[in-house]
Amino acid sequence: MIVDRLSLAVDNRLRLSPVVRKALAKVFPDHWSFMLGEIALYSFVVLLLTGIYLTFFFDPSAADRVYRGDYAPLDGSTTSAAYASTVQLSYDVRGGLLIRQTHHWAALLFVGAIVLHLSRIFFTGAFRKPREINWLIGVTMLALALLNGFTGYSMPDDLLSGTGLRIIYSVVESIPVVGAWLVFLAFGGEFPADLVIPRMFVSHVLLVPAVLVALISLHLGILVRQKHSQFAGPGRTEHNVVGSRLWPGYTLRTLALFAWVLAVVFALGGLVQINPVWIYGSYEPAQVTSPAQPDWYVAWGDGALRLFPPVEFRVAGHLVPAPFFPGVVLGGLTFLALYAWPFAERLWTKEKRSHQLLERPRQHPVRLGVGVAAVVFYALLVIAAADDVIARLLRVPLLDVLSVLRVLVPVLPILAGAVAFLTARALRRSDAAGIGDLTRADMRSVRGPAPEPREAGNEPERPARDRPGERIEVWLEDGVWRWRYRDDAARVVITGNRALWSAEEAASAARLAYPGVHRVVVPGPPPPPPSGPLRAAVRRWGRAATAGSLVVAAIAEWRRNRRRVQRVGADPQDPPPTAPE
Amino acid sequence: MTGRRPAAAERSAARRIVLAFLLSAAGAVGFAVTYALGGQTQWEGGCLAVAFAGLALGLATWSRRLVPTGGYVEEHDGFTPPPREQALASAALTEGDSPLRRRGLLAALGLALTALGAATLFPLRSLLSLDLSSPGEALRNTPWAPGVRLVNSDGRPLRPTDVPADTVVGVFPEGNVDAGDGPAFAVRLDAQRFAAPPPGGHLGGLAVYSMLCTHAGCPVRLFLRGTGRVLCPCHQSSFDLLAAARPVAGPAARPLPGLPVEVGPDGFLRATGDFTSPPGAGFWDRP
Repeated sequence: MIVDRLSLAVDNRLRLSPVVRKALAKVFPDHWSFMLGEIALYSFVVLLLTGIYLTFFFDPSAADRVYRGDYAPLDGSTTSAAYASTVQLSYDVRGGLLIRQTHHWAALLFVGAIVLHLSRIFFTGAFRKPREINWLIGVTMLALALLNGFTGYSMPDDLLSGTGLRIIYSVVESIPVVGAWLVFLAFGGEFPADLVIPRMFVSHVLLVPAVLVALISLHLGILVRQKHSQFAGPGRTEHNVVGSRLWPGYTLRTLALFAWVLAVVFALGGLVQINPVWIYGSYEPAQVTSPAQPDWYVAWGDGALRLFPPVEFRVAGHLVPAPFFPGVVLGGLTFLALYAWPFAERLWTKEKRSHQLLERPRQHPVRLGVGVAAVVFYALLVIAAADDVIARLLRVPLLDVLSVLRVLVPVLPILAGAVAFLTARALRRSDAAGIGDLTRADMRSVRGPAPEPREAGNEPERPARDRPGERIEVWLEDGVWRWRYRDDAARVVITGNRALWSAEEAASAARLAYPGVHRVVVPGPPPPPPSGPLRAAVRRWGRAATAGSLVVAAIAEWRRNRRRVQRVGADPQDPPPTAPE
Repeated sequence: MTGRRPAAAERSAARRIVLAFLLSAAGAVGFAVTYALGGQTQWEGGCLAVAFAGLALGLATWSRRLVPTGGYVEEHDGFTPPPREQALASAALTEGDSPLRRRGLLAALGLALTALGAATLFPLRSLLSLDLSSPGEALRNTPWAPGVRLVNSDGRPLRPTDVPADTVVGVFPEGNVDAGDGPAFAVRLDAQRFAAPPPGGHLGGLAVYSMLCTHAGCPVRLFLRGTGRVLCPCHQSSFDLLAAARPVAGPAARPLPGLPVEVGPDGFLRATGDFTSPPGAGFWDRP
C-alpha cells in the first residue's frame, strides 16, 4: 500500500518508528471536560487562518482615504484608511464579510473556551504539582488573548472601538507616576494618535500571535511530557493514565471536534451579524454610540469602571484618578491572584506531593468557595457593563440599577462562595452522592471540627494491598507481548496501551501503572481460541508455559537487581517485590 | 475487548458515516457555487457550516461506532527521578572546568548582560517623538487659546444665536476640529437657575464646557432636556450644568472644565483662554 511504502521510505531516513509507535499509543482521558482546551486550540487555528485572509485586504492606517464601493451611505466619503478598508472588506470583497465575522466569533469562542478550560483546571486541582508551569503559561495566554482581542476590536477605527480605545487610554493614563508616559509611548502621542493603528496591527497580527504560538507549543509539549491528569475511578491510579489511544479513537474524536468548532464559527459568521462597523460610523472624538458595550471578555473591566464609586485622591499633590482602582488595580489583582493561586494553595495545604489524579470540586471546599465567589463576582461585573441596557429593558431608572448592582457585587459573591463551601463540606463529610441527596443532618454536620483527622500531607504513598479479583495478565499475541489489568469486583478490564517486545517489559510496565497489584498471571491470548485439535491445545499450553517461565525469570532477575540497588542504598519507599503466583 | 461488532450494526454505522461525508461534500459544493454566483454571506456561512458539520458528524460516528473508546492504560513514571540520577545530572553540569564554577567570571558576564539589557531599552523611547518630552504638559494644554473661534463640526464659526435655549451644540477649536482634547459643547440655560456660576463664565446663560467626561474621556453627549444634566453613555456619569457641571451620579469625581468665551468683534464666539482645568480623564500630574 502506498501509505506503507511512504512511511517506510520516511522511516528509513529519519528512524521515526520508535517515536511514532509510542505517540500513536499515547492515552488520552475520555472525560468531556478535557475537550475545553482543545476548543480553544481549534478556535486559535480558525483565528490564524481567517486572520491571514483579512490581512490581505485590511489597511492599518489612519491616513485619509475615500471609500468607493457598494455601501451607498458611505460612498464617496473620506474616512481613515483602516475604517474604509474594513467597510470595503465587508461589502466589496466577495466572502470578506463571512471571514471577518467568523474571525470575530472565533475570537469570542477562543476566550470563552480558555476561561472554561481554566475553570476546569482550577476546580479540579489540575494545576497542582507537577503542573504549575502549565498553569502559568495558560494564565499568560489568557492575558495575551484578552490583549489581542482588544487590539483586534480596536483596529477598524469605528466609533465603538475608538470609544473603547479612549477608555483604555484613560485607564492606563491613571497609573500613578508613569501612566501618562506609558500611554504616550504606546500610542505615540496624545489621543487620538495616528500611530496607534499600525502599532496595534503589528501587535495583533505578528507579535502576540507569535508569542501565542510559542506558548501553545510549550503548553502542549509540557502536556505530552507530563501526560494527562485524570479523574479517579476503577483502575485509575497516580501512576497511570486511562482512556483512549491517540490512534485511532482519539484522533477521530478530536478531528470531529475541530470540524464542530469550524461548523459553529462559520454558522455564526455567516448568519449572526457581529460588529457592523458601517452602522457605527468612523471614529470622531466628539461622537459616541449609545448604548455602548464592549466584547464580553473585557466587559468585566467596563462593568467595574461603571460601578466603582467616584473616589479619587491626591498623594503629595498628585492625582490618583478614579479609573485606577477598577481598571488597573482590579485587572492587576485578578491576574496576580491567578498566577499566585497554585503556590498560595500549596503554602496553605502544605501539600508537596505530585498529583496525577484530579480532585472533585467538593473535595476542596475552600478552593470551591473561592472559585464560586470569583465566578459570581466577574459575572456580576459583566452584567454591570450592560446596566444601561438593563435599565432600558426593565424600564427602571438607571441609577436604581446602579445602586442594586453596587450592593450585589460585594455581597452576592461572598454568599455564593459561602454556600458552595458549606455544600462541599457537607458532601465531603456525608456519603451523599450529589447535592440532591443531602439531608438536614448532613448540613448540620458542617459545623464543628472535621470528623476524621486530616490526612497526613507528605507521607510516602503506600500502595494498597491486593484486593481479591485484582490482577495483571500478560500474554503473547502475534509475536509481541501485551498486558492488561483486570479487577473482577469493579468489572473493569483495561489493556496496556502498546505492544512490547518481552514479557519482562510488559510486566514492568504493568508494575509501573499498578504498583499495588502483585498478582501477575499469563492467561493466554484473548479471547481463548476455539477448542480445536490436540495440537492447538498443546501449542497453546506450551506458549503459556514459556510465557510463565519468562515472566518468572524476568521477575527473579528484577528482584536480584533490586536487592543489589537496595544494598547500594536506593530509596526505600517502594514495597518489597512479591513473587507472582 | 468485545470482539467483532455485529455486522449489521457496523454496516448501518458505515452507511451513516458515508451519508455524513456526502452531506459535507454537498455543503462544500454549495459554498463554491454560492461564491461563483456572486457570493451571499448567509448562504456562504450556512454552506460552510453544513460542510463542516457533516465532516464532524461522520468523524464522530466513526470514532464512536467503529473504533474502541477507552479501555487503555498507559503507565506514568512520575516526576521524581531517583536521587542518584539527579546527583549525576547535577555533577555533569558542575564538575571540573564547568563554567558554572567560575563565580567571578559569571558575575562579570551578568554585569555585561544587565548593561546590554538596559541599553536595549533605550530605543523604546523612540516610540514617542523625542520632541515630546513631557506628556503631562501635552495633556494639560489643548488647542484652545485666547482668540480661537468656536466652530461646529463642519468648521463653520458660531454666533451666540446659533445656540438655542435648552440645547447643547458641539463646538470645536477653529482649525483643530479633529483634536482629541478639543471637543466642547455650548449650552444655553436660564441664568436664574444657576446654583453655582459656570467655571468659564457665561454670556447670558450661554456656557461652554469640555465635552470629555472627567472619568474616562468619553464624549458626554446625552443632554437630558429640562433637567440641565448631561450623561456620558460609556459609564453613565452625569453632570449638573446648573451647578457648574458638578458630577451628580456615576463614577466621575470631578466637574467638567469650563471654557471662558466672549463675542468677538466679528460677532462670532471665541475663547478667551484654555479650559479652566485639563479636560478628560485624570492623570498623575494633573494640577
